Amino acid sequence: MAYKIEARRQISTRMLYLTPFIAVAATVAAGFFLFVALGVDPVETLYYFFISPLETKNGLAELGVKAAPLIMIAVGLALGYRANIWNIGAEGQLTMGALCGGAVALAFWEQGGFYILPLMALAGMAGGAAWAAIPAFLKTRFNVNEILTSLMLTYVATLFLAVMVFGPLKDPQGYNFPQSRLFSDSALLPIIWEETRLHLGFVVALAVAVAGWVLLSRSIIGFQIRTLGSAPAAARYAGFDRTRLTWFCLLLTGALAGLAGTFEVAGPVGQLVPNVSPGYGFTAIIVAFLGRLHPLGIIASGFLMALSYLGGENAQITVGLPQAVTGVFQGLLLFFLLASDFLVRYRVRRVKLLLEGV
Amino acid sequence: MNIDTILPMLLTVIAAATPLLLASIGELVTEKAGVLNLGVEGMMLAGAVIAFATTVGTGSAALGIVAAMLAGMATALVFGVLTLTLMANQVATGLALTIFGIGLSSLIGSGYIGVPVEKLAHLDIAGLSDLPVIGPLLFGHDVLVYAAVAITFAVAWFLKHTRAGLILRAVGESDLSAHSIGYDVIKVRYMAVLFGGLCSGLAGAYLSLSYTPMWVEGMTAGRGWIALALVAFASWRPWRVLGGAYIFGGVTILQLYLQGSGGIGVPAQVMNMLPYLATIIVLTVISAGPWRGRLDAPACLGKPFRPAS
Repeated sequence: MAYKIEARRQISTRMLYLTPFIAVAATVAAGFFLFVALGVDPVETLYYFFISPLETKNGLAELGVKAAPLIMIAVGLALGYRANIWNIGAEGQLTMGALCGGAVALAFWEQGGFYILPLMALAGMAGGAAWAAIPAFLKTRFNVNEILTSLMLTYVATLFLAVMVFGPLKDPQGYNFPQSRLFSDSALLPIIWEETRLHLGFVVALAVAVAGWVLLSRSIIGFQIRTLGSAPAAARYAGFDRTRLTWFCLLLTGALAGLAGTFEVAGPVGQLVPNVSPGYGFTAIIVAFLGRLHPLGIIASGFLMALSYLGGENAQITVGLPQAVTGVFQGLLLFFLLASDFLVRYRVRRVKLLLEGV
Repeated sequence: MNIDTILPMLLTVIAAATPLLLASIGELVTEKAGVLNLGVEGMMLAGAVIAFATTVGTGSAALGIVAAMLAGMATALVFGVLTLTLMANQVATGLALTIFGIGLSSLIGSGYIGVPVEKLAHLDIAGLSDLPVIGPLLFGHDVLVYAAVAITFAVAWFLKHTRAGLILRAVGESDLSAHSIGYDVIKVRYMAVLFGGLCSGLAGAYLSLSYTPMWVEGMTAGRGWIALALVAFASWRPWRVLGGAYIFGGVTILQLYLQGSGGIGVPAQVMNMLPYLATIIVLTVISAGPWRGRLDAPACLGKPFRPAS
């Protein structure tokens, strides 16, 4: 007997939805051995990582707090990835959004008004979109690879935020710490679950995912995006404007990442600091893939990756593992997902070798 | 300015260029075979942390360098299995490798923060190293600086003048034709990917053993991505990679000197943006300039290959 790899005539839809579960199972198994290697009790650590964060009200609320930016950014990224537009600089777009939204909050410091939060949200979206406009312009005008430009701009954005919180936006009474004033109440997002940090941004994130699903599956531009990614020749023949779609995907992702950044500083953080995000912009890439580039799948994968952040924090407190274990889990998960995607497009069949019959 | 101020500046340019050169010459070979590995940053970090941990553990920098090469190859092998055997998307897999490398290296490195290690020894060539100016400039570096230049020479010669180099280029330019005349496309690509990993591992080792002899989380600071940009900048030609790496080393050092002189009143972070902004500008110029259309990217770059069976 031998094994033969055959291309499927059509991709297997069953496998498409099954592979995320295979990948999660494989990651948990790999985590078991990783914890053994790190010299901690694997069963206990897996419990602290994946289950204990879900046992308290506060844990559940934090899950929503961390899932919100991931979902919001991943929905935008997924639209782009569907069209083969590889924006990987969402972290930088988030940073610029946080900075612009935060600057508005500081401009209206100690003033009240219902208009402040919407203004911050608009500024944040504009900031993120403007940052994404740079790779969009360079890509459409000069054909510069958007992977490299969007990523380089992430480093620039992080440094720019540092310039601002070390300089013009530094808290005058902050003993020279590199951070801004604490935002006043009207610049903070309303809490939607009492005694927790769960804020309005969570609802917005879910709405964004639903809107993304409608856009992708029910609109003309969604159809164009899907065609551009799966059949570029057909898209060209149909006269779909690649330039316009590139702009659309990048600006939309930038605006969503910028909004997520604003929500971070107007929500859990409450001020501008040099690091506003624990890498949400990068983790959102995994969220997008794990959610099968489907806005509703992204809601589920967003929660799972939020759990990996919580689990990492929990394992740090209870078992003393370094926080970096979160990144290892996230990387492993994406590896296993990409590996098991093989089963979507190919099938492994046992075949009888001719020689065996002789 | 006299020779006493220029000389140390030139020495630091060489130091800043070396990790870029190592990483980009490896990626050049990978891309010449038609594979786009965006995981350079992750492979460099794996190399950096393993080199450091091994050197601290064994007291031998030589073992550290060997371990870094193996670590780079091991991470590259993961990439190879996923993209070459399982035909996963190369862009997504490369990103996964970087995310994984960042996480794994800070996990391994968490016990080594603040631990000192002896800086990689400079080679002393009797007589030559003592010459004025020429001595320190040409003969006063550590082994990895020479390795970087030697590998570049070797790669240039290999690609242009050997049969194996011809096969590698053929695989990158037209995998189907190479396959139909009997070359094992997947095997060639595995070798190229592993070589890229080896070089990235060395680049990481240079950072943690020589450039800043210590372990800092994420100490590559985007150099892996700049190395990727350098390959495009060099239009996939080894000699231009060498030139590009030294130009970028120069930009990095220039901003450090401007900061150090303190005379221009610009925040340090603004100066730190320079290498990244320079990368964007360079990419734009080569994509838009008169070179456009003559970029010579391997025709099969980034495309998966599965022979019809």
